[in-house]
Amino acid sequence: MRNIFLHLHPVSINESALRFNRTFGLGGMAALLIVIQIATGILLRFYYIPSPAAAYDSILFIKNQVLFGQFVRNIHYWSGVFLLIIAFLHFLRVFFTGAYRDFRKINWLFGLILMVLIVFSNFTGYLLPWDQLAYWAITVSSNILSYLPLIGDSLRTTIVGGKELNAGTLQTFFTFHTALLPAFMIVLVLYHFWRVRKAGGIILPETREKAGMVSVVPNLIFKEFIVALSLIALLLLFAALFNAPLLDKANPSYSMNPTKAPWYFAGVQELLMHFHPLFAAFIIPLSVVVFLAWIPFLQFNEPPNGRWFISEKGKHSAKVTLLFAVGVTLSGILVNEYLFNFELLLPGIPALVSNGILPMLIVIMLIAAYYALYLKKFSLTKAELVQVAFVFIVGSFIVLTIIGIFFRGRDMELTL
Amino acid sequence: MRKTDQTGSTNTARGAAPDGITRRDFFGMVWKGLGILAAIEVSGMMIAYFFSGKSNHILKTKQLIEAGPVDSFTPGTVTAFMGGRFYLARQKDGGFIALSLRCTHLGCSITWEEDKHRFICPCHSSAFDMSGEVLNPPAARALNYYPVLIENGLVKVDAGALRERKISGKEQFTYAQ
Repeated sequence: MRNIFLHLHPVSINESALRFNRTFGLGGMAALLIVIQIATGILLRFYYIPSPAAAYDSILFIKNQVLFGQFVRNIHYWSGVFLLIIAFLHFLRVFFTGAYRDFRKINWLFGLILMVLIVFSNFTGYLLPWDQLAYWAITVSSNILSYLPLIGDSLRTTIVGGKELNAGTLQTFFTFHTALLPAFMIVLVLYHFWRVRKAGGIILPETREKAGMVSVVPNLIFKEFIVALSLIALLLLFAALFNAPLLDKANPSYSMNPTKAPWYFAGVQELLMHFHPLFAAFIIPLSVVVFLAWIPFLQFNEPPNGRWFISEKGKHSAKVTLLFAVGVTLSGILVNEYLFNFELLLPGIPALVSNGILPMLIVIMLIAAYYALYLKKFSLTKAELVQVAFVFIVGSFIVLTIIGIFFRGRDMELTL
Repeated sequence: MRKTDQTGSTNTARGAAPDGITRRDFFGMVWKGLGILAAIEVSGMMIAYFFSGKSNHILKTKQLIEAGPVDSFTPGTVTAFMGGRFYLARQKDGGFIALSLRCTHLGCSITWEEDKHRFICPCHSSAFDMSGEVLNPPAARALNYYPVLIENGLVKVDAGALRERKISGKEQFTYAQ
């Protein structure tokens, strides 16, 4: 019986790798949630009909006529929300313990790819109920695509299959959501786990490696079960108490007020409120993605030491930079909303400059000033500097997302 | 029968081709090349399969919607046609234009405010005037429009031929003779 665990697990691991706050079990939680999604997804597929005429009613059928239908739908919805958050936390944990360096480089890249697949799965699934929430969120999100230079318009038309969302769009999204993306994810998750084995397991600080080896069954398995069962319990609690959203049937002639992109895109949407679309939808996100993919390939002076935040200096500079990021982002949002709206102040200049290049330059100058006047004093190592840059990006992204979700109301006005 | 030397290779100096490539290596390359060709063909097929169906979803036939007799539309008024997804606006000078429902910013459906005499978008508060011209950002282009034809005193709108433009202009309006 114990041999079944030894397919993916090694026979024995370092004793210090058992500690919960090494990884918080986040990667394992994400994998478990993917399995739950596939299971609940398959159950839903027995009743869901992927056509604009029937989709909404089939969801009502699941809700009202199928025993435990509402419950299964709720599990699927909350599992989707949890998966994104947990995958994001896993991504943060991997970065802050330096587990993206040297022989873990490729796995970092594949992890990023998995993150993209998870976001796309959530996005394609978001459309399927074909209610007002789904229809308008996906309309707005797919229209952001057309602001990409050169390929934007044709890319958007190809994905949507027309000028506006139609039956072809729903069918395409359904196929991606239930066939293509799960297939890719299963393969990549298994590869991702295999690579962790190949790298010798989770990253450990050198000082701990002196500890002895213990057998995986039952020590690690026991802990994994506890984490898994606790997560399932929490998920079922949410599913029992809170219903997945379902608004009125989609009405292409009548937009919701406010119309918001799905919550995980709220950060980009908030960025769009302040920058020209070319910057908010293309240049800034692309730079962030390139930076993230490039991090493992930078030349570092010392090998990763497996410690959280690298060192005391690293921890301190990260904390300060987080405050800086929150401060800059919040004040930027408030200033742009209530004081300077560059686009209106400088009507003669094209919006690309007044609402794109100009605010970008201001932000860059602020960051440069922060570095020159404050950060330089720490004489940080390259790894610590990369950490600071990472914290700035993630910090401001989280602020933008929170504002976008909770503080934008009717007519997309800031509601404090 | 070829003798095998110490390295296990059957490739003796006497039997090697002048440029150093063996028959084995040559055929190996041919198989690999064929395999790559096959992979390209299969991917090409799948891509063609996916994309051809997409463009055929876009209707290319004329979709004439009869809006009504010319005189039933007072100049300076806007009439909604939700089925065809447009607003028929007759300008003060009598010219007709069928304005698309979709805001040029991110595609939400605009609404006509009679008291303020303008179109407003519920998503980010873009505003447009009766000719579809932008009154308020973040929209950057005038509203898209459908061509209007007037035949035998009847106003008809081709709801399948959406036209884009940067700013509103007289050449986009249709006048009764």
